[in-house]
Amino acid sequence: MANVFTSIGEWVNERAPGMMPVYRKHMTEYYAPKNFNLWYYFGSLALLVLVNQIVTGIFLTMNYNPSAAGAFASVEYIMRDVEWGWLIRYMHSTGASLFFVVVFLHMFRGIMYGSYKKPRELVWLLGMLIFLVLMAEAFMGYVLPWGNMSFWGAKVIISLFGTIPVIGGDLVEWIMGDFLPADATLNRFFALHVIALPIVLLLLVVLHLAALHEVGSNNPDGVEIKKGPKGNRWDALKPADGIPFHPYYTVKDLVGVGAFLLIAAFIIFFAPTFGGWFLEHDNFIPANNLATPSHIKPVWYFTPFYAILRMIPSLFGTAVWGVLGMFGAIALLFLLPWLDRGQVKSIRYRGTGFKVALGLFVVSYIMLGAVGAGVTAEVIPAWFGDVDVTFWENLFGRVMTLIYFGFFAFLWAYTYYGWEKTKPVPERVTTHD
Amino acid sequence: MANEVVDHGRRRFLTATTAVVGGIGIVSAAVPFIKSWEPSARAKAAGAPVTQSLAKIEAGQMLTVSWRSLPVFVLNRTKAQLDTLPMVDSRLVDPKSDGASADQQPKYAQNEVRSIKPEWLVVIGICTHLGCVPDFVPEIKPEPFDPEWKGGFYCPCHKSRYDLAGRVYAGVPAPKNLPVPPYHFIDDSTIQIGVDPKEAG
Repeated sequence: MANVFTSIGEWVNERAPGMMPVYRKHMTEYYAPKNFNLWYYFGSLALLVLVNQIVTGIFLTMNYNPSAAGAFASVEYIMRDVEWGWLIRYMHSTGASLFFVVVFLHMFRGIMYGSYKKPRELVWLLGMLIFLVLMAEAFMGYVLPWGNMSFWGAKVIISLFGTIPVIGGDLVEWIMGDFLPADATLNRFFALHVIALPIVLLLLVVLHLAALHEVGSNNPDGVEIKKGPKGNRWDALKPADGIPFHPYYTVKDLVGVGAFLLIAAFIIFFAPTFGGWFLEHDNFIPANNLATPSHIKPVWYFTPFYAILRMIPSLFGTAVWGVLGMFGAIALLFLLPWLDRGQVKSIRYRGTGFKVALGLFVVSYIMLGAVGAGVTAEVIPAWFGDVDVTFWENLFGRVMTLIYFGFFAFLWAYTYYGWEKTKPVPERVTTHD
Repeated sequence: MANEVVDHGRRRFLTATTAVVGGIGIVSAAVPFIKSWEPSARAKAAGAPVTQSLAKIEAGQMLTVSWRSLPVFVLNRTKAQLDTLPMVDSRLVDPKSDGASADQQPKYAQNEVRSIKPEWLVVIGICTHLGCVPDFVPEIKPEPFDPEWKGGFYCPCHKSRYDLAGRVYAGVPAPKNLPVPPYHFIDDSTIQIGVDPKEAG
């Protein structure tokens, strides 16, 4: 048997001699820093979830009916009548939320260790594009079951474009293909969700990895192993602090996969709606264009941005400011490599100001999420009794919005004016030999 | 061939013209695809006028009528409710509907009460912020979202507030008053939504 495989391999190799070098470049001869820690699991986990979404998604389309009249019933049909349909659907819906969990942690890792800094700006930009497409993909996917929250979520998000001066109203009708989210809207979202955006997403993932493998991975110490001493067990010319991605990190990532699948399986089997956070209760009611759910809110991963939208009032007769604030919150992340002028990458050697600011940034992000999800609207009357809830919620939300944006302003000033007191960065990764 | 002199000007011209013609072709080819997203003939045809009898709407009651799939609020305002309108003027963005909200109603409804007949309010129940349907909260009593509430509409999505003439409060996300659709009275107790009085003759 071995001979058969060898000869097939040789046969292919003679006809496509470029394939093995590509494999070696990205796997067995891609030298990654040897000091990756727990934070480095989330890239490979994002890839795993992407595969899960594609496979379960393909099987869902086999029974899903993309029409306003049939969508809701077809999802219930998948849940009740299709053999194992409930599992496939819950894998898909839980996967969507876990996708954002791992992507948020992956992005936080990048900010914490300065992975967006030179020479990895392009890796960061491509990653941010992936994040944008992922948000569009998740939003459209949430519309497809055509529950009441699907409908109203679609209405609110599409109406964001209506705040654009002059063309807004026509643009909204163009996006919906009707005067309200309707059959036409659902059908085009289905097409975009299952064909257009996944293709774009896959292309961007390939480019993200290709760009990463050109410059090499960052690491928790933020030192460039390519600038360090040369020569390791496998190659005298490659970085001394690098180890081959395969088998070292593929095996390490398998440990992360195991732990991740354990958590994912627990959610899928025991808490698929996650108390209304992954699948909202109002979405188990069919879409009704005459009745808005009493607490309309997006799924948890959009709530921080949604809170920023809500906290900014309209001025000069237009509501465009909240929309600008919301998109600005994402745009600033794109600009991070140029806002942060600091030379030291890793938080381990950065100034106290950066550590405090990053901590506050995370707190503001989570608190904005709580505002957007309606947690504060429940907590304020429960804790403080008979007070003006709107006033206190707006005050709290606006302070958190200021902290969110303040992070970027502070980071720029802190590094531009040289206020940062950094620690000396070691020559090599701290765990070498 | 190889040692002939290359005419760079000619090459640039050919490259530029090919790019321009190809670009025009791609843009033109994109038009049908972009246009295919416009509301279809069927969607447009579904927007016919709606006739509604008012006979069974008691004073203080509201009925939601579907017109072009939009919820239209038809509210029979009481004397007490009409009296609240001037009381909130100072807290509104555009109490006279002649500023930011000048285009939010036909001329015949551009007045203090924003209606043809004072007691009958007809507005499209779509929040001018991001398109949710506001709740009808008519009672004049302190509410969690407004301790000095005089009755009106409250949007559950982003907490915009409107008074009982659909006029928006200041300091909320919504920028404009609720829109008044074209409508007219066929007789004392019947309205038609979607047709102006003068069109109806």
